[in-house]
Amino acid sequence: MYAFTYRKAKDVKDAAAGLAKNADAKLLAGGQSLIAAMKLRLSAPPELIDLGTISELRGIKSDGKNVVIGAMTRHAEVAASTDVKKAIPALAYLASQIGDRMVRNMGTLGGAIAHNDPAADYPAAVVGLGATVETNKRKIDADAFFKGIYETALDPGEIITSVSFPIPKRAAYMKFKQPASRFAMVGVMVADTGKDVRVAVTGAGPCVFRVKEMEQALGKKFAPDSVANIKVPDKGLNSDIHASAEYRAHLVTVMAKRAVEAALK
Amino acid sequence: MPVKVSMTVNGKPVSAEVEERTLLVNFIREHLRLTGTHVGCDTAQCGACTIEMNGDAVKACNMLAMQAEGAKITTIEGIAAADGTLHPMQEAFREHHALQCGFCTPGMVISAIDLVRRHPNPSEEVVRAELDGNFCRCTGYHNIVKAILDAAPKVAAMR
Ligand SMILES: Cc1cc2nc3c(=O)[nH]c(=O)nc-3n(C[C@H](O)[C@H](O)[C@H](O)COP(=O)(O)OP(=O)(O)OC[C@H]3O[C@@H](n4cnc5c(N)ncnc54)[C@H](O)[C@@H]3O)c2cc1C
Ligand code: FES
Ligand code: FES
Repeated sequence: MYAFTYRKAKDVKDAAAGLAKNADAKLLAGGQSLIAAMKLRLSAPPELIDLGTISELRGIKSDGKNVVIGAMTRHAEVAASTDVKKAIPALAYLASQIGDRMVRNMGTLGGAIAHNDPAADYPAAVVGLGATVETNKRKIDADAFFKGIYETALDPGEIITSVSFPIPKRAAYMKFKQPASRFAMVGVMVADTGKDVRVAVTGAGPCVFRVKEMEQALGKKFAPDSVANIKVPDKGLNSDIHASAEYRAHLVTVMAKRAVEAALK
Repeated sequence: MPVKVSMTVNGKPVSAEVEERTLLVNFIREHLRLTGTHVGCDTAQCGACTIEMNGDAVKACNMLAMQAEGAKITTIEGIAAADGTLHPMQEAFREHHALQCGFCTPGMVISAIDLVRRHPNPSEEVVRAELDGNFCRCTGYHNIVKAILDAAPKVAAMR
């Protein structure tokens, strides 16, 4: 790891001021992706601004319509939250499936979606549930937030403060784990919002994406059979030693079907 | 530019001047000379570096010492009784031959204690799932699982 200077931000304003002063500085959340990248020298920021002690960024609120989760809320907290388990069990389950216990004790919602790893779980929840990402500057619709591999709509210096998840009528997340890393080889979030159905896929492509054909079929009839014969094209999907693009495409259908089954239980 | 870092480790307040980039695991091993916490992979995969921070198991190789500023840390050196009596989890590992080379053991024991605190009466399935982040290259895990199942009620009774 290259040397850098480090400071703890007092609040969001203080962190934003730090980023404004040094455009190359980086925010530190749980560090579970950033520290690893810095050790490999894939990332070498001259300054780290730690959000770790900003209490306003941490916590879970549920008002019966939305579950609002602070950016610095750790995966383990979301997984264990009685509010989340009650309102959106699929979201608590998704958080419980991220990495391992120690990673969940450090990693945060804000860090995970800002990083936007192609195989990360949270992007499927944010897009699948039609959430809104709130920053220190604006509100960003889930469909506009994730732009591509490790790329988001965040401007330089913009800080995620919370994510607001509308409570769906029913939803479920199914993940086929890459057995060594435990990231999603393919993960599918299916949500029946009461108005429409959303299907979001992570792990399969360079970035989370929706499957409109499945959404329409499920909108007509919310049943596993509705998606059983819908295939996504394998063109453009990820292909590596763990799984070919063709296999990932196949898994999308299988995981979507299982997610619908789980949502109906 | 060195920074000052302070925390409580195994009940004792400690502080030192460190480089900002000092990892928590290096602070524990090299500054405090508590070498029971191991480095197996250095890439956050194996769990050999697992310690407890404010009651939660975390990987000390994947965080900065500065992220533990002000925290309460427990390492493997801090779990036995003052008179040297082993913690029931350590005793169960010994009893069930839950270690061979012992390299993974400090991390395993810390994770196991964290696990039974949250699941005082865990099933074998829960134990295996919760040990996801701790690799052992010797035992094949069976005896580790046995040890944890055996120690769980004793650890639960401790608090
Ligand atoms: C062994 C291991 C297994 C894992 N398995 C999984 C898995 O199965 N599924 C999964 O989804 N993830 C997995 N992860 C990643 C994990 O979820 C990370 O916690 C997450 O990707 C990053 O969150 P963090 O809080 O650690 O962020 P950091 O690593 O601290 O930061 C990541 C990036 O986000 C930026 N950032 C952080 N907070 C904000 C903010 N509030 N506003 C704007 N930018 C911000 C940082 O500047 C940095 O660029 C795994 C990690 C490890 C080490
Ligand atoms: S040394 Fe930290 S996880 Fe392997
Ligand atoms: S006892 Fe040797 S790695 Fe576990």
